[in-house]
Amino acid sequence: MENHYMAHELIEKIKDKEIKIEEIIQEYLDIIKETDGSVNSFTHLHEKDALKKAKRLDDQINKGKHIGKLSGLPIGIKGCICIKDSPTTCCSRILEGFNPPYNATVADRLLEKEDAICIGRTNMDEFAMGGSTETSCYGPTRNPWDLERVAGGSSGGSGSCIATGQSAFGLGSDTGGSIRSPASYCGVVGLKPTYGRVSRYGLISYANSLEQIGPMAKCVKDCALLLQIIAGHDELDSTTVKLDVDDYWSHLNDSIENKVIAIPKEFFGEGVDNTVKEKVDKSISILEGLGAKIKEVSFPHLEYTIPTYYLIAMSEASSNLARFDGLRHGEMIDELKGDVFDVFSRTRGERFGMEVRRRIMLGSYALSAGYYDMFYIKALKVRTLIINDFKKVFKTCDAIACPTMPTTAFKLGELLDDPLQMYLMDVLTCPANLAGLPALSMPCGFDNKGLPIGFQLIGNYFDEKTILNIGFLLEQELNIYTKFPSLKGVR
Amino acid sequence: MSEHEDVIIGLEIHIQLTALKTKLFCSCSSDYRGKAPNTHTCPICLGLPGSLPVTNEKAIKFATRLALALKCTINERFYFFRKNYYYPDLPKGFQISQYNRAGGKAFADRGVIEIEVDGNIKEIQLNRIHLEEDPARIVHEGSITTSPHALIDYNRSGTTLIEVVSEPDMRSPAEAREYLKQLMSIVQYTEICDPNLEGAFRVDANISIKGHDRSEVKNINSIKEVENALSYEIKRQKLAIKRGAILIQETRHWDGDKTISLRTKEFEADYRYFPEQDLVPFETDEQFVDKIRIKLPEMPKERKERYQRDYLLNEFDAGILVLDKQIADFFEEGIKLEKSFRPEEYKLYCNWLMNQVSRWLNENNTNIANTKLKPEQIVDIVKALKENVISSKIANSFIEEMMKGTSIQEIMKKSGKKVISDENKLESLCKEVIKENPKIAADYKKNPKAIQALKGKVMGKTRGQADPKKTEELLKILLK
Ligand SMILES: [Zn+2]
Repeated sequence: MENHYMAHELIEKIKDKEIKIEEIIQEYLDIIKETDGSVNSFTHLHEKDALKKAKRLDDQINKGKHIGKLSGLPIGIKGCICIKDSPTTCCSRILEGFNPPYNATVADRLLEKEDAICIGRTNMDEFAMGGSTETSCYGPTRNPWDLERVAGGSSGGSGSCIATGQSAFGLGSDTGGSIRSPASYCGVVGLKPTYGRVSRYGLISYANSLEQIGPMAKCVKDCALLLQIIAGHDELDSTTVKLDVDDYWSHLNDSIENKVIAIPKEFFGEGVDNTVKEKVDKSISILEGLGAKIKEVSFPHLEYTIPTYYLIAMSEASSNLARFDGLRHGEMIDELKGDVFDVFSRTRGERFGMEVRRRIMLGSYALSAGYYDMFYIKALKVRTLIINDFKKVFKTCDAIACPTMPTTAFKLGELLDDPLQMYLMDVLTCPANLAGLPALSMPCGFDNKGLPIGFQLIGNYFDEKTILNIGFLLEQELNIYTKFPSLKGVR
Repeated sequence: MSEHEDVIIGLEIHIQLTALKTKLFCSCSSDYRGKAPNTHTCPICLGLPGSLPVTNEKAIKFATRLALALKCTINERFYFFRKNYYYPDLPKGFQISQYNRAGGKAFADRGVIEIEVDGNIKEIQLNRIHLEEDPARIVHEGSITTSPHALIDYNRSGTTLIEVVSEPDMRSPAEAREYLKQLMSIVQYTEICDPNLEGAFRVDANISIKGHDRSEVKNINSIKEVENALSYEIKRQKLAIKRGAILIQETRHWDGDKTISLRTKEFEADYRYFPEQDLVPFETDEQFVDKIRIKLPEMPKERKERYQRDYLLNEFDAGILVLDKQIADFFEEGIKLEKSFRPEEYKLYCNWLMNQVSRWLNENNTNIANTKLKPEQIVDIVKALKENVISSKIANSFIEEMMKGTSIQEIMKKSGKKVISDENKLESLCKEVIKENPKIAADYKKNPKAIQALKGKVMGKTRGQADPKKTEELLKILLK
């Protein structure tokens, strides 16, 4: 089966005319049809357009014409990234019917310039607010390794579509761990780039000072390939930097001898599952065996990251989500009673889900007169302390290694009524967002239930190259990345 | 002015950068006036989900120009803030603006505008100026009360406003008027805004009586209306105080006759200002500012001084002449056309612009650029007056035709009017008038001013065509 190959291998086969793009797309579509009823990775499929583009690209190849680097391979794109004329709903009822008239910059680069094929829109927590893809208005995504469990979130659909073999690539966004959580739970590779590395133009904002769009794939090399294409300055996003982008592939095999890898002891503290610790420790030993120097460091402000992260994220969300009133995009409530503010209120009240309303209300409260200094300003100050913790580490170290999630995937519904417990799941991922640092999650083993465990590498600013390099070498040693879940009806 | 000693007025003026071709955060055209609705829009100014703002650097340059002209202190690093509130004309649910609290900084602080009221010169201090985006326009078919629905035109959404906030330094509606006149003049000179365009400047007036809570009258569109609204508010507030009522802080609307309460302080929106992090802080370092400073055009105050120096105009005339840049430019263009002119002609030229031309412009509610008047015409009128080819009375009667662009030569030819300077003809006319007005003629011995009355009669008989100078000389001789 073609989906046993890594994406970069498929690209070679397409180049060598061993296989047609149309066949590949058809095969992925068949797998989706077989499996998505149980996994629910996709909210909208682009079957017709995908096949049409595949044919066109095959034609171009036959005529000896150039096609983009991604050679017509399928990508599942998260529902919060705008693609022209494609339903972009953030999995919220308030955006039902919104087909953007424009492309996000990443969509331009991946689809138009490098010829990936968007096979469908992937499921997510409503407006990326959640860690389990359970708050989607299209129902939850299930973990392909155990359908009773969550896929992680908020980019759960992008994670599960790769794990299930429904797509070669996935695109997610990461505000507090939204790429790394599903990567960890689904056993795939996901990378949150440095803030400012990838354009956010076209990403529907949840918390704009924290989030980045990032690649998800079956292996580190494929992940690096996607990042290579989406990274770099964009005139449409003033927060992207004008720094050169490294050639990631050419550094994947670099020796890591004498690289210093920091192990912050607080990231292995209470609440982190023993099996998770064990597997992560094992990977650290492997890196040590490859010549890396392991250094235990301290990260004193870790315990403050969750309240800091949620205060900032909710404050920003309360403003970012103010534009959804049903007037210009999405759906307005049917009954137009009262004045315009009544209509706005009822539209928002009825069309936003519970978690979104909770965060908008908490965020509005934190920004109100009289509370602003106590909450928002204080959170910004703690954010600076957290940044300083990282800066201190990176003075002497090249990367930080730690678990991605404290546990393996939990059961569907298990934390739905306990938002605070759900928020605590982000404790090891959100520090990188608060600091704006790049972070990679990759599988490093399985627990005794057969659920994947995520290994996290946090890099210095704009040094995605190093974490991809370390991750790639570890992946080769572990050699578990080719494993797929034995989902009923597949393989 | 003593009656207003206890009056406290501060003004916030929104100036639209009409000279800026594109909007503040996107590249849509900002020239929305008279354009088909919702044709100048893009994902950014429509606030579509996922769109991001990018600062128009030219807007910062324009703001720098105004800040320099107003002698403000420009902050080296400035941020935008979000002002959060819901309104149908605000597509993002927040306005990208600036804030000078909560860690925010305005574009520029302080600054000063000099005004003159009843011969007293006074400095009005500015608190700050800042940049922000204009919301969309809500349009009602017919009138606001009868329209079955409100329509939104997003063409204006995202165009650039500069808000100039004064200290509460004004003590009377007249001071507010002079302040606005001076500010508008400076704005015109910096060439960032044409204040004559509809909606290009909008005023929020804060007014209180010392020791009492203030009211804010929102969105007044002309200097005259500001003056009227303030006068009304002073009367209203003073009367309320006299009756023992307690004034509360509130926002009011001026309907042209009276102010109406819109909302009181407790119902004011909490704008939840916080930093706009989709935009990076902008550095307006010394180099940036200096580049703009060198190119800064001459300001009205300097121009006034130059006119006093180079054209020997008196301070009053020069001050009024320079107020409207278009008029002042017109003056200079004409002066440069005619090398033979001397201070006497300059004064005549200036008077013509300030009196006849300005009066006509006011009456017709237009500005000089919208007429066909050319500097050459005023030059010719001044020359004709100087050479006594026509009297000022005849000259005055030419104004209508002149504004159509007709040359003075042609107007004179058409009207057949020219000065009667034939001495024999004038002498017989003078004799006639003396005969017809024996009383005035007799009065002349005691009161030499009586000659003016007789001269007027001669002018009347000739429908203004008699040479006034010669007529006076002849009358003097005849009455000896
Ligand atoms: Zn626009």
